[in-house]
Amino acid sequence: MNSNNQDASAATPPVLSAHRLVKTFGHVVGLDGVSLEVHAGEVLAVIGDNGAGKSTLIKCLTGAEVPDEGVIKLDGKEVQFRRPQDARDVGIETVYQTLAVSPALDVAANMYLGREIRRPGVLGTAFRMVDTKEMRARATEQLHQLGISTLQDVTVPIENLSGGQRQAVAVARAAAFGSRVVVLDEPTAALGVRESNHVLELILRLKEKGVAVILISHNMPQVFEVADHIHIQRLGKRAATITPESHSMTDAVAIMTGAKAA
Amino acid sequence: MSGTSSPPTASTAALDLASQFIDRRTPLSRVRGVLHRFPAISPGIVLLVAVVVFGILNPRFLAPANLSLITQQVAVIGILGVAETLIILTAGIDLSVGAAMVLSSIVIGNAVAGLHAPSVVGLIAGLATGLAAGALNGILVTRLKLPPFIVTLGTLSIFTALLLLVSSGATVQGTSLPDLVTWTGGTFRVIGVDISYGVVLMVALYLLIAYMLGRTAWGRHVYAVGDDREAARLTGIRVDRVLLSVYVLAGAIVAFAAWTQIGRDFGSSPNAATDANLNAITAVVIGGTSLFGGRGTIWGTLLGALIVGVFRNGLALVGLDVLYQTLAVGILVIAAVAIDQWIRKSKS
Repeated sequence: MNSNNQDASAATPPVLSAHRLVKTFGHVVGLDGVSLEVHAGEVLAVIGDNGAGKSTLIKCLTGAEVPDEGVIKLDGKEVQFRRPQDARDVGIETVYQTLAVSPALDVAANMYLGREIRRPGVLGTAFRMVDTKEMRARATEQLHQLGISTLQDVTVPIENLSGGQRQAVAVARAAAFGSRVVVLDEPTAALGVRESNHVLELILRLKEKGVAVILISHNMPQVFEVADHIHIQRLGKRAATITPESHSMTDAVAIMTGAKAA
Repeated sequence: MSGTSSPPTASTAALDLASQFIDRRTPLSRVRGVLHRFPAISPGIVLLVAVVVFGILNPRFLAPANLSLITQQVAVIGILGVAETLIILTAGIDLSVGAAMVLSSIVIGNAVAGLHAPSVVGLIAGLATGLAAGALNGILVTRLKLPPFIVTLGTLSIFTALLLLVSSGATVQGTSLPDLVTWTGGTFRVIGVDISYGVVLMVALYLLIAYMLGRTAWGRHVYAVGDDREAARLTGIRVDRVLLSVYVLAGAIVAFAAWTQIGRDFGSSPNAATDANLNAITAVVIGGTSLFGGRGTIWGTLLGALIVGVFRNGLALVGLDVLYQTLAVGILVIAAVAIDQWIRKSKS
């Protein structure tokens, strides 16, 4: 880490940390010994050029890929995520670039996909009946709490929604269930100006709640607006970790492209 | 949106304009939207129209005895269609359900008539055969990651060879089988209509699978896997586990089709039901289930099977040659897929 890590983070272990992760795809080296740490109530932005290994890094942190080498720690204890469900089980939620929503299922079904609520009593235990009404009610409530007003009706299939609304579903799902860490991979890519601002507000609200947020973005002004720390990924390695105070946007871009050493 | 008062920029204004344009729907696109949401509507309409038209052309069509006959003719394909629907919902295809069904019926027939096993043991052996056939397909699809088309094309030949091996090419007559084994062919009378136990079995299976698909988490996962497999994986669904369960369950259903087949044919023959597999796929497709996966209902398949049964029976009653029945089924399949494509275009 750089010397400008000034807060009380030294006292408590980071909620999520990665140590020297290596991931190769055949001859292509995706990650070449990358380390990263994020604390509760902190926004860590990850920036980097295309092919720098941002998405691979995120996938390793969320169980979508298993790193070849390296250690991932949760609250200082080593964990192994072999599949996305493992990360979800410990309160790490992700908005993937592809959004990972099922077009034919409705909003509520997508929010509760893989964590369906069953009916109380025998219907739920013996007959394994899902409680559609309860899930819809909770989804509506969660969207309301998150201030996402673009989605009024949770019974609409995802495919009937606009690109921005789909992204809102994915972001809402992660925000609603991410109790420890929320990872957002280009969450504003399909959004207009107003919706983007909304997502940034949401990120700050998660931060207030003490959730750690990892934000991957190409949008430098956004990154510098919300991030506490900025992890710069370059050629499969961490080039530097800076803060919006310590470096300018121009510096960040220079480090990202290799025009300037960290 | 909430009170964030960013000034309307050129891009958001353009977006608003675009959304207005998209929202302006023609009546036709509205119809398409409804069909998209309820894929069983179009086969339902086709069935209704077919029944009315054939009823007018030949009053005998609507006679209780004839309606009873249609349901009995439909039962085997109807049950196979349940298995095929499950697999097609996962964006797969199964070319081996027909051969697996005949293999299972041969195992039952030969175990009971040849080896003098008790009926229950014979039926359990048939069920085990179906489960094993489904498990084999499922393991090849999930472990070796082979496309379902290739896997089941291979197992189609394997099951066909096995059934010839087990049966030595010989037919087991119903007369040498105990009542329980041919029970599915028996009938009981409700308000003048003879209903076979095979039809009852079929309806029970439809109710069971409709419940599993519509009311359990497993059902949602089946749709999610067929819809977008990678998205399903990223949302924490164990995709391989879901796929394997679907193939094994389909295998069990195939065994029930075999039992129904024995009752209907009054015996088990290695030469039976050679076109059953394609008929089952036909029923699924006419029923509005998309071959791309993730879309369709089990009830659509029942309608599809009934449509094929009604067309064959109705055209025969009108006095047309079998070749016209086959022609009609062919046209129905292509029309159904064309409608499916058109409906899917409503969203992009």
